[in-house]
Amino acid sequence: MKAPVDGVGAGDAGAHASPGPTSKSDLFFTFNRLALQGFGGVLAVAQRELVERKGWLSREEFVEMLALSQVLPGPNVVNLGLMLGDRFFGLKGAFAAVAGMLAVPLVIVLLLTAAYAEFSRLAAVSGALRGMGAVAAGLIIATAIRLMTTLGSNRLGPPLAAAFAILTFVAVVWLRWPLIWVVAGLGTTAVAIAYARTP
Amino acid sequence: MSAMLHPVLSSADVLGLFGHFLVLSLLAIGGAITTAPDMHRYVVVEHQWISDAQFSASIAIAQAAPGPNVLFVAVIGWNVAGPIGALATMAGTMLPSTALTLIATRWGQRRRDTRFVRAFKTGLTPLTIGLLVATGWLLARPYVDFSARGIGAIALIVVSIVLMLRTRVSPMWLVALGAVVGVLGWA
Repeated sequence: MKAPVDGVGAGDAGAHASPGPTSKSDLFFTFNRLALQGFGGVLAVAQRELVERKGWLSREEFVEMLALSQVLPGPNVVNLGLMLGDRFFGLKGAFAAVAGMLAVPLVIVLLLTAAYAEFSRLAAVSGALRGMGAVAAGLIIATAIRLMTTLGSNRLGPPLAAAFAILTFVAVVWLRWPLIWVVAGLGTTAVAIAYARTP
Repeated sequence: MSAMLHPVLSSADVLGLFGHFLVLSLLAIGGAITTAPDMHRYVVVEHQWISDAQFSASIAIAQAAPGPNVLFVAVIGWNVAGPIGALATMAGTMLPSTALTLIATRWGQRRRDTRFVRAFKTGLTPLTIGLLVATGWLLARPYVDFSARGIGAIALIVVSIVLMLRTRVSPMWLVALGAVVGVLGWA
C-alpha cells in the first residue's frame, strides 16, 4: 500500500542498504516482529520493514515478489515470506520466515477465540465484535475498490475485465457456485482470452 | 446457547473438513480471504456446523488480532471442532499453497516474461477482484438491516471504506473504533 517513506530519500530506495538477513533466526524474528505489528493485515508493515528499514529487497524486487505472490494461490504475505526466505536461505529460510510470521499470532488469535467463547454472552463483548466485524467488512470492500483500478490497465480491456469481475460476484453471491466451478469456468475462459490477446 | 460447545464431528467429518480446505488452498488466488464465501457455503450452509454470526465473528477476531489475516482459517476450524479443527483447516490451507509457491517461485522466476505467465495474471485479476467484493458483501450482510443498530453498522462500514481509501490511518484504529462503537451498543 502507500506507506509513508519515513525520510528515506527516493534516490536510495533502489539500493540495498544491507545484503540480506544474517541468519535463519534473523529471518524468523524479523517476520515475527512485523506480523505482531500488523493489525488488520501485514502487507503495509512488511513493505516498511523489509524494504525501507532492513533493505533486504529494493522496492522493485518487493513489487515483483508481491505480484507473483498474488498470482499464486495462498495468503499473499505468507507467499511473500516463502519467496524471500527461499531466496536467501533456501527451503529452511522459507520455513523460518513463515514460522516467524505465524507462530505467535496463531497462539494469540486462538486464545482470543477461546476467551470469546467464554465471554460472548456479555453484551459489551458481543457488541465489540459486532462493531469490529462491520469494520472488517469495510476494510475488505475498501481493498477491493482500491484494486479495481488495476482493471483499467488489464489487457482484456476495461469492459471485459469488469464483466468478468461482475460475473464472478454474481456466481458466488447469487448463484452460490462452489469456487472450483468459478475458477474452472470463468477463470479458464478469462485466461484463454488473455492468452489470445497477449503478444 | 453456549458458544463453548463445538458440534461433535466424526473423524470422517474432520477429514472432510481437511480435504475441503486442501482444495480451497489451491483456489485461493488473491489470498485465503477470497475463498471465504466457499468456506461459508461448506461449514455454515451445507453442514451447519457453525452459525452465520459465528462465521462473521471468526473473521472479525482474526482481523482484530495482530498477524496475517489467513489466521481466520484457524479460528473457523477452532469454532467447528476445537484444536483438531484448527489443525485440519490450517494444515489444509497452508500445505498445498506452500508447496506450489516454492515450486512456482523457482520456475516462474525464469519465465516471468513468457506469454502464458502474463496471460495467467491478466485473466485472473478480474476474478480476484470479483471474489474480494463478494467476500466484503458476505461479511457485511449480517449487519445490514434498518433497525437503529443496523444503521449504526452501515455507518461504520461506510466510514471504514472512506477512511481506508482517503487517508493513511492504520486499520488498527478503525478496528478499535468499531470495538468502541460496538461496546456502546450503537452498531
